[in-house]
Amino acid sequence: MTCTGKRWHTALAVVLTGVMLFPVYWMINVSLTREQDMRKTPPDLFPLHGTLAGYQEVLREQLPYLGTSLIIGLGATLLTVAVSAPAGYALAALRPRGGGVFGFLLLAAQMVPGIIMAMGFYAIYLRSGLLQTVPGLIVADSTLAVPFGVLVCAAFMSGIPGELLQAARIDGAGHLRTFRSVVLPMSRNALVTVSLFAFLWSWSDFVFAATLDNGGRYEPITLGIYHYIGNNNQQWNAIMATAVVASLPAALILVLAQRFVAAGVTAGAVKE
Amino acid sequence: MTTLLERGTTTGAAPAAPRRRRTTNWAGWAFLAPAAIYLVLFYAYPLYRNIDLSLRDYTVRSFVRGDAPFTGLANYLAVLRDPTFGPALVHTVAFTAVSLVFQYSIGLALAVFFNRRFRLSATLRALFLVPWLLPLIVSASTWSWLLNSESGVVNAGLHALGVAPVDWLTSPTWSLVSVIIANIWIGVPFNLVLLHSGLQAIPASLYEAAALDGAGGWRRFRHITLPMLRPVTAITLLLGLNYTLKVFDIIWIMTRGGPVDSSTTFATWSYRLGFGNLLPSFGLGAAVGNLLVLTALAFGLIYLRTQRKRVSA
Repeated sequence: MTCTGKRWHTALAVVLTGVMLFPVYWMINVSLTREQDMRKTPPDLFPLHGTLAGYQEVLREQLPYLGTSLIIGLGATLLTVAVSAPAGYALAALRPRGGGVFGFLLLAAQMVPGIIMAMGFYAIYLRSGLLQTVPGLIVADSTLAVPFGVLVCAAFMSGIPGELLQAARIDGAGHLRTFRSVVLPMSRNALVTVSLFAFLWSWSDFVFAATLDNGGRYEPITLGIYHYIGNNNQQWNAIMATAVVASLPAALILVLAQRFVAAGVTAGAVKE
Repeated sequence: MTTLLERGTTTGAAPAAPRRRRTTNWAGWAFLAPAAIYLVLFYAYPLYRNIDLSLRDYTVRSFVRGDAPFTGLANYLAVLRDPTFGPALVHTVAFTAVSLVFQYSIGLALAVFFNRRFRLSATLRALFLVPWLLPLIVSASTWSWLLNSESGVVNAGLHALGVAPVDWLTSPTWSLVSVIIANIWIGVPFNLVLLHSGLQAIPASLYEAAALDGAGGWRRFRHITLPMLRPVTAITLLLGLNYTLKVFDIIWIMTRGGPVDSSTTFATWSYRLGFGNLLPSFGLGAAVGNLLVLTALAFGLIYLRTQRKRVSA
């Protein structure tokens, strides 16, 4: 009895997942559809006359955008980790006076809408010449992840046993040494989680790209897709093929680092 | 999971002698310094610039030269008097409230369902995360094509059911509904994961005891699940609210706030004022944006208030 009940559950779960992921399937389906079948009614539910023309278009036109996104993503990730890991250690283990206020400011910083940050950055970059530059976008994108990064590092590092840190200190290790040789290696999971999300968020960023880098020499892939749509382009197979390629980092991360993703989602709910 | 939700209270370095304490303080500040400088340069300064923008009368020329005259709250008054203000406010509230209600209830239903043990449960739950992880421009453009009036698969499905095609993105009646649907789709996974981890933390013994007392499934849900889930619910809704208020990408990519403002929210209005026109009005855009920050902060404070009450109660 329970056995059939369980099977029924699995079947329902598969159906629900199918419904939820239908738009993703449709994106892939359209990316493989031939130009002449695009406006067919009803549309083909399967790419029966599959074509890779859309993907050839991606290779021809979108590679520079993808490269830019990769560099911006890596840069923002490095910056995020470099800023958050020491701060996390300070908040978790050293607890300086004023640390609580700092934590609160981080929470508040997460509430600021991207569009407002973008306008402020625009005003600053316009005069400092950082508009439409890769470093400018790296800095702006890193603001998406730094508060999250500090909070995750702090939450994780506060779980490191105090005796361990004291033992290091008794052995004559200074704060810097303790941080480098004890805290950082032990916090690998937190650092991976922070890096994954920092990369994903800056890879996916559209707000900063559209405001700070529109028309720049090096534009990220989100703008690549946006220009495609904006040009009233009717090559939906190429648009969706670009979308599929732009989704690859998310897919890879989900397959290879699932537990970090789940940890990261719940860590977003870290509270003081 | 619960350890992540509730920040550990284990102190790293044990409180030592006062002398020790002072050096720890210095070291603490030193380790905090990069992040503090970062916060000042890349959060406080842009925010300050934004407030400054909203208090001056900017033209393109004065924007570049930086000599715009100070006009006090004139931009805010202009925004409040603008005919777009009313609709934008209504749409922001409707977009946020409807999205949250559906994201939460669908997320909770799925979380309860996935909380049972069955084959593939963990794998399928992981797959549910996909919509949340995709870049917003990918989701938004996919939904644009799904909801396309002539060639969209949604209208094809409706046609098969004998329903007349709907102009999802191009009619003022449906544009807001369309972007809400897309936003719910994106937000459900996040609610599912948080609520699921909350459910896992509820001890099974509670349910067993209730079942022994003869409580049915619905009563167990109402009297155990919901009350025990309340802290997780609060943080989920707060994060959802904070995220939904900010949503700009999806709406802008799918409808650009149109047709005729029918899906304009504060976020898209702010962007259109500052960047969407040939003649940008940064002052007004910044003013609209700051109204949005105030709203988000107000809700954050309400959350903190209710949390504190619960702790002290």
